[in-house]
Amino acid sequence: MESRFLLLLLAQAAVLVGLTGCGRDKLVAEDNGQPPVIEPDVERREIETAKIDTEDFEVGIFAGEISVEDFGVNSMVGAQFAYHITEGFFVEASVGRADTQLTSFERLSGAAQLLTDSEREYSYYDLSVGYNIFPGESFVGKDRSLNSATYLIGGVGKTTFAGDDRFTVSLGMGIRLMPLDWLAVHSDIRDHVFDIDLLGEEKTSHNIEAHVGVTFFF
Amino acid sequence: MRLTLLVLLCQLAFCATGLCDEPEHEQYREVVVDDPYIEMHTGPGRGYPIFYVGERGEQIALLKRRTEWFKIRTERGKEGWVHQTQLRTTLNLDGDPFDLPGLGVEDYALRRWEVGVLYGDFGGANAISTYGSYSFTPNLSGEVWVTQVIGRFSDSTAANVNIVHVMYPEWRASPYFTLGAGEIHTSPKATLVSTIDRTDSTAHAGFGVRTYLTRRFVFRAEYKTHVVFTSRDDNEEIREWKAGFSFFF
Repeated sequence: MESRFLLLLLAQAAVLVGLTGCGRDKLVAEDNGQPPVIEPDVERREIETAKIDTEDFEVGIFAGEISVEDFGVNSMVGAQFAYHITEGFFVEASVGRADTQLTSFERLSGAAQLLTDSEREYSYYDLSVGYNIFPGESFVGKDRSLNSATYLIGGVGKTTFAGDDRFTVSLGMGIRLMPLDWLAVHSDIRDHVFDIDLLGEEKTSHNIEAHVGVTFFF
Repeated sequence: MRLTLLVLLCQLAFCATGLCDEPEHEQYREVVVDDPYIEMHTGPGRGYPIFYVGERGEQIALLKRRTEWFKIRTERGKEGWVHQTQLRTTLNLDGDPFDLPGLGVEDYALRRWEVGVLYGDFGGANAISTYGSYSFTPNLSGEVWVTQVIGRFSDSTAANVNIVHVMYPEWRASPYFTLGAGEIHTSPKATLVSTIDRTDSTAHAGFGVRTYLTRRFVFRAEYKTHVVFTSRDDNEEIREWKAGFSFFF
């Protein structure tokens, strides 16, 4: 009985060795015992193209608060996509939206509504150029350091608010903290500047946005 | 009997988990340092401190790249970022010079596809344009543009198709001429009353200059004159200038 199981074990071992190819080297060595008849003159040159993972793109989402002039401070969400050209410069496209509140006038007068619900939605896109002005390390506690960079960013875009598209210039700065090579946490302050003539005469409106976001490099 | 079965099961489990197989490593490009030394930074930038110095003859694995920086791993397991200038003189494992992958002005000359964003002035209004382009020959390319014009009294969206002739494609900076046609849709601002949206056909001619900057990057500036074929008695003429960046791939 025991010997039958021993036989079974041996048979299984033999099959497994054959399947996994653990004994392949030995067989090959036996085949190579005979030298080849013709020795090729030219060795084939192997042309290798280096494939190195390039991580210059960055994509992510953010959320925060935006102060829309006359229309209160409102929570907002957005998404961003960036391409890092050099260690200093990057270009970024971002979109964001917020639902704005009533103006103080609307609140106090009680009846008159300046905007419809759809006009009250504030949305924008920005195309910006940024520069990492202070790259370096930030220290968290005694033993941990994170790569970080403070950057300046500015661009142009379009804001849709109060029933019209408005050409917008945005300026700001932010901090990028990198817990991992491919993961970044952003904190940004941006000022969106555009002209608006909603309340009678045209004026320049400053809309300051503060947000935090998470991005991934790929 | 029970013991033998247990051994059998263990053996099967051992093989099934793949421990019998050779351990698989992720394949990275390996090169040998030929500079006297390489400086490894903690991050991909000049501001990050140097924490380790690799020496000539040391074998390193290239893990990834970000802009001009490569993340490497030394034989001793140290991981850090090295600037590409220090890797220019590295060797393959067989001793041949290693050709560092990267884009240069030669790739610019051979480009096929290009996309870009430009900002400028369209008849006194702010305009943001995006385009996609395909090069038929080094000189000749076709482009499709979408422009958003945001003015004081009206907003417009224009779509254009045009042919571009680059005069000296082998130069780093070259002038070009362009000719095309399209449509423009204009909608007046909401605060103005009794106006209607309209769509008109347009034709344009222009010239500009394009300069290769670095890697995939091109700077481009141009001037165009558009003729808008309106339904009124006379046609409208709009001058447009803009500048911006584009990427090729």
